[in-house]
Amino acid sequence: MATDTIAQDAATFAREMGRLAVEAEQLAGQAFDIANRTSQTAVHSTGADPLLFGLTVFALAAFVGYYVVLKVTPALHAPLMSVTNAISGIVIVGAMVAAAPALFGASKIMGFIAVVLASINIFGGYIITQRMLQKFRKR
Amino acid sequence: MSGDIASYAYLLAAICFIFSIRGLSSPETARMGNLIGVAGMTIAVVATLATPEVPTYGLVFAGIIVGGVIGAFISLRAKFTQLPQLVALFNSFVGLAAVFIAGGAMHAPSLYGIEVVGGTMGMVDLIEIMLSTVIGAITFTGSVLAWAKLEGKVPGTPITFPAQSAVNGFIALFLVMAGFLFLGFGGESLFWAVTIVALVWGVMVVLPIGGADMPVVIAVLNSLSGWASVGIGFALNNPLMIVTGALVGASGIILSYIMCAAMNRSLLSVMLGGFGGEQAAAGAGAGAAHGLVKSGNADDAAFLLKNAGSVVIVPGYGMAVAQAQHALREMVDLLEAQGVKVRYAIHPVAGRMPGHMNVLLAEANVSYDKVFEMEAINRDLPNTDVAFVIGANDITNPAARTDPSSPIFGMPVIDVDKARMCMFVKRSMASGYAGVENPLFYNDNTMMIFGDAKAVCENVIRAMG
Repeated sequence: MATDTIAQDAATFAREMGRLAVEAEQLAGQAFDIANRTSQTAVHSTGADPLLFGLTVFALAAFVGYYVVLKVTPALHAPLMSVTNAISGIVIVGAMVAAAPALFGASKIMGFIAVVLASINIFGGYIITQRMLQKFRKR
Repeated sequence: MSGDIASYAYLLAAICFIFSIRGLSSPETARMGNLIGVAGMTIAVVATLATPEVPTYGLVFAGIIVGGVIGAFISLRAKFTQLPQLVALFNSFVGLAAVFIAGGAMHAPSLYGIEVVGGTMGMVDLIEIMLSTVIGAITFTGSVLAWAKLEGKVPGTPITFPAQSAVNGFIALFLVMAGFLFLGFGGESLFWAVTIVALVWGVMVVLPIGGADMPVVIAVLNSLSGWASVGIGFALNNPLMIVTGALVGASGIILSYIMCAAMNRSLLSVMLGGFGGEQAAAGAGAGAAHGLVKSGNADDAAFLLKNAGSVVIVPGYGMAVAQAQHALREMVDLLEAQGVKVRYAIHPVAGRMPGHMNVLLAEANVSYDKVFEMEAINRDLPNTDVAFVIGANDITNPAARTDPSSPIFGMPVIDVDKARMCMFVKRSMASGYAGVENPLFYNDNTMMIFGDAKAVCENVIRAMG
C-alpha cells in the first residue's frame, strides 16, 4: 500500500518534472531569441558601421602616434624613419588576402607583388634600424 | 575582415608597434623597442595566415621569401651615408604596395568582403579605395624621384620649367576630375586612370624641390606612406592597418614640422620648391666685397686645436659626402688624449634626413652623450675655444640672426661665431645650399681650412702625431 502511494507520487513527480523541463526549454528558447535579437541590434548600432568604427580607431591612433613620436629623442630620428618604414609594411596583411585565393587571377598577381614589396620594407626596415641602434652606445 | 582571434592578435600587434616607437625615446630602450616591433609584425602576419581569408600559402610564402631576401640584401649592404636614399626607397615600396592592394580590391572586391550591389561598390568603399591608390601612387613616384635625386641619378638641384605651377595646377584639376568620374561610375579602367594621373602628379610635386630640402620631402613622403596604409585599412576594414598607418603618418608630420621649423620656412614654401636654385649661382660671385679671408693648413689647425680647452664640432652634409666621420673621430680621440673637452653640435637639418648626422657619428663610435642638440650647445658656445665646422655652412650663418634681408633670416643656427675661434673645413668658398654668403668666413677669428673633409682630418691627425 505504502509502496503504491510512493510509486504514484513518483509518477506524478516525474510528470511534473517533464512539464517543467518543457517549460524550461521554451523559456530558454525565448531567452535565446531575445539574446539573439539584442546582439543583432547591438551589431547594427556599432559594428555594422565600419566607417564610424574605423574613424574612431583612426582618430585615437593619430593622437597616440602624435604623443609617442613627440617623445622620440632627435638623436634617433633616423631610426624612427626606418622603423616607420618597417611597420608600414603592415599593408602585407591586406596584400596576403589578395595573394591567397586558390583561383588564379589578376588580383592574385597584384597581391603577390604587394606581398613582395611589403616584405622588403618589413625585413629591410627592421634590419637597417637594428644596425643603426647597435651603434648608439655610451662609450 | 577576420575572425575573433585574429582581431585580438591585431590589437596586440598594434600595441607592440606603439611600444616600439616609445622605445626610441632613449638609446637605451631603443633596441628592445625594435625587437618588440618585430614581434608585433610576426604576430600580425601569423594571425592573418590563420584566418580563412588566406586559404592557400604558396604564393604568400614565395612573396615573403623573395621580399625578405631583397630587403635583407639592401639593408645589410647599405652604408649609413646612404640612409636618406634607403628611406626614400622604402617609402616608395609602401606606396606601390598600396596601389596594388587597392587594385586587387577593385578587381576582386569579394575577397575583402566588400559588397557589390548592381555591379558597383558603395560610395564609401569607392572613396576609400580611391584615396588609397591616389596617396599610394603619389608616395610611389614622389619617393622614387626623391631617391634618384639623393642617389645623384637625377640632378639634386631644383628642376623648374616655364609655367610649372600652371602645369601642376592643370594636372591637379585633372586628378580631381578623374576622381569624381571614378566615384560616379566606378569600374577598373577609371580606377587605373585615376592612379596614373596620381603617379604623374607625384613626379611633378618633387621635381622642383632641391637637395637640402630633402629632409622635409622624405619626412612628408614617409607621412604619406602612412596615410596610404590608413586608406587601405579603411577600404579593407582592418583596424590594425589604420592604427599603424596613423602612427607612421603622425611621425612623418612631426618630423616635417621639426625640419621646417629648423629652417624657419613653411611646409608650403618647401613643397612649392625652387629654393636655392638661381640664388646659389647669384650668390657665388658676390664674395669679394667683404674683405680678407684667413686660411690655414692642417698644421695650424692641429696646433690651435691641441692648445684649446674646449672644442665644439659642427658636422654637416659635407662630412657625410666625404665619409669623414671615422677620421674625425680619430682626430677627436687624439685631442681628448691631450685633455681637450670635445663635444658635437647637431643642427636639426644637418644632412639629408632627420637624425642623419647622429647616425654617422654613432657609426664612427662617437658616444651619444657627447652629441648635443642645437639648443643645448648654443648656451655653451660663448665659453668654447674652438668651433670646428666640418662640411656645414648655412646652419652656422649668423646672418640668420642679424640680417633681416637674408633669405635665411629667422632660421635658428648654431652660434659658432660666439666661440673664441672658428674653423671651417670646406672645399671652397662657395656658398651653401641657400645660396647665401656666410659673413663668418671674413671674420678675424675665423680660419678657413680648404680641402676634402676626410683629407683635412687625416692631415690634422698626422700633424698632431
